[in-house]
Amino acid sequence: MLKKMGVPLGVLVILLWCLLPVAWIISLSFKSEQSITSGNPGFFPSAGTGAGWDNYRAVWENDQFRRAIVNSIGISLIATLLSVIVATLAAYAIARLEFKGKRLVLSLALAIAMFPVVSLVGPLFDMWRAFGIYDTWPGLIIPYMSFTLPLAIWTLSAFFREIPWEMEQAAQVDGATSWQAFRKVIVPLAAPGVFTAAILTFFFAWNDFVFGISLTSTEAARPIPASLAFFVGPDPFNRPASLLAAAAVIATIPIIVIVLIFQRKIVAGLTSGAVKG
Amino acid sequence: MAAITIENLVKRYGDGFPAVNDVSIDIQDGEFMILVGPSGCGKSTLLRMIVGLEDITSGELRIGDRVVNDLAPRERNLAMVFQNYALYPHLTVYENIAFPLRLAKMDDGEVDRLVKDAAETLELTEHLDRKPGNLSGGQRQRVAMGRAIVRQADAFLFDEPLSNLDAKLRGQMRTEISRLQKQLGITTVYVTHDQTEAMTLGDRVAVLRKGVLQQLATPRELYENPGNLFVAGFIGSPPMNFLPVEVSGTSAKLPFGTVELPPDKAEKAQGKGLLIAGIRPGNFEDASIASSTGRQGATFRTRVEVVEWLGNETYAYIPFEAPPEVQQQLRDLEKDLDGESLRSQLVVSLDGASRIREGEEAEIWLDPRKLHLFDPVTGENLTVDRDNAGRIHSAGDPAGLV
Repeated sequence: MLKKMGVPLGVLVILLWCLLPVAWIISLSFKSEQSITSGNPGFFPSAGTGAGWDNYRAVWENDQFRRAIVNSIGISLIATLLSVIVATLAAYAIARLEFKGKRLVLSLALAIAMFPVVSLVGPLFDMWRAFGIYDTWPGLIIPYMSFTLPLAIWTLSAFFREIPWEMEQAAQVDGATSWQAFRKVIVPLAAPGVFTAAILTFFFAWNDFVFGISLTSTEAARPIPASLAFFVGPDPFNRPASLLAAAAVIATIPIIVIVLIFQRKIVAGLTSGAVKG
Repeated sequence: MAAITIENLVKRYGDGFPAVNDVSIDIQDGEFMILVGPSGCGKSTLLRMIVGLEDITSGELRIGDRVVNDLAPRERNLAMVFQNYALYPHLTVYENIAFPLRLAKMDDGEVDRLVKDAAETLELTEHLDRKPGNLSGGQRQRVAMGRAIVRQADAFLFDEPLSNLDAKLRGQMRTEISRLQKQLGITTVYVTHDQTEAMTLGDRVAVLRKGVLQQLATPRELYENPGNLFVAGFIGSPPMNFLPVEVSGTSAKLPFGTVELPPDKAEKAQGKGLLIAGIRPGNFEDASIASSTGRQGATFRTRVEVVEWLGNETYAYIPFEAPPEVQQQLRDLEKDLDGESLRSQLVVSLDGASRIREGEEAEIWLDPRKLHLFDPVTGENLTVDRDNAGRIHSAGDPAGLV
């Protein structure tokens, strides 16, 4: 009996552990501000202090926040797209071609991935101001790409190596150019890898705070995490916790949507049936 | 449709190892050519050089009148069936077959007609909407063939297409390939290590060993007139027996006794000392059965160690001692043929009606006219009938072909 219950019980504990903060922030987002300042400790808002959708409405009508959402979505999507395209091409070359310095490229990529982000912020701040891309979208897209590319390249080259080389040769014999073989056969087969890389990149870009707050100064490019830190509300001495909670919840929604969309594409074993297994 | 001409083709890898060494084959328009040999003999490399997946180190390759040495695979207009089929798993069977046509930018109506035709020929019509992952091995094999026959390729290339199928299916598909090739009349190059496929499918067979062409001849010529020890041992199942022999006059001294050779054969072996005699299992018979059918030949008495009765025929195994000079040569040969012979023994195929029993002394008949004599040093067949043996590689000069 106990043995049978072990796994579900463990899952339940872990779920509680992980989801409690999320549940709490959702609870906060539905409380009115008075309820929080007066110290209402209950999970559900006590009588008369529930705010309904008011907090969400207030956040949504806030210009600063709306700009931040647009910035975040735009910057993250562009960074993801570019990063995945570059990583796909690079990983294909690494998996298929023999060239000098292949190991160097791979180990360099790994070194970059391990480099502490914070140590780059200072130099980047100076450089970006000199280049005139401080507080612009490209100013954030470039560092996001450089930090997500290594992981994307590693993930994708592992996927490419799994694809039987015959697939590509068959395509070439069938009349495809190398590019056509790559686009019509290899990329569709590597799709799970491409989407995995895309999700990882998107996460990184969406959740980044350090670059977001250091390399922006106005709403021109400030992403959500940084924007939340500047979200003061009408009273600078009394931060609107419930509004922040509502904003945080809204900021999570795109991530969930993206993961749900991409998850459907990550079907393991897509290559099964290509060759005799 | 086109002839394929291979002239002095060489493939040398980075470490200098020649995988294909100076091979010349002329494949005629519509011919079914088999490349056969044990693993590592360069037959697959040669095929991949023809299709363009391997670079040509030297030599010339022509398809029709075109020299294609430096053309990319897609410019050679050849269709290939890969050993592991190499189907596109993300496409349906229909799109898999249509793939070459789509690349050729054919319009949809035409694609549909051709794909349906090919599917009809290969009995794939009801599977067109399925993905390759859901098909059985034989069906995948047929899809791979469909992709090859759907376009007007100059030739088909097969790289061991049946080696992943089970024995029963292999037999069916073999017949299917043969039927298809005759129906389409298209030049075909077929790589296999299976000699049944080689013998049954090919108009002509090229036997390769360590990258060198050994003999290029029809299956019958290969069987009856093998050019050297290697070809003799490779073609035929069970394989040819190799025995030490000494010829003096017209009598040949075998481990079991002396037999009289036809004068023309004996003459070729004069003064050569110890030779290797090659006799196919089928050229033996139970002496009592041979005499009742009135066949001419020699007989000898010997002890039969093991008997395997298969119904229509019986295999009998007879051990013998080989002198060390010959033993080494036979052992090397066995290694070349991917085999592992534990003891020197004679395999004879007898009529199923034979009553010879294990462990008993028996009288065995043999047909000395079918006996071949090989030089133990060069492996050359001394008694070969050159007019009926196709083209034989001569042992002395690795490049020279007789």
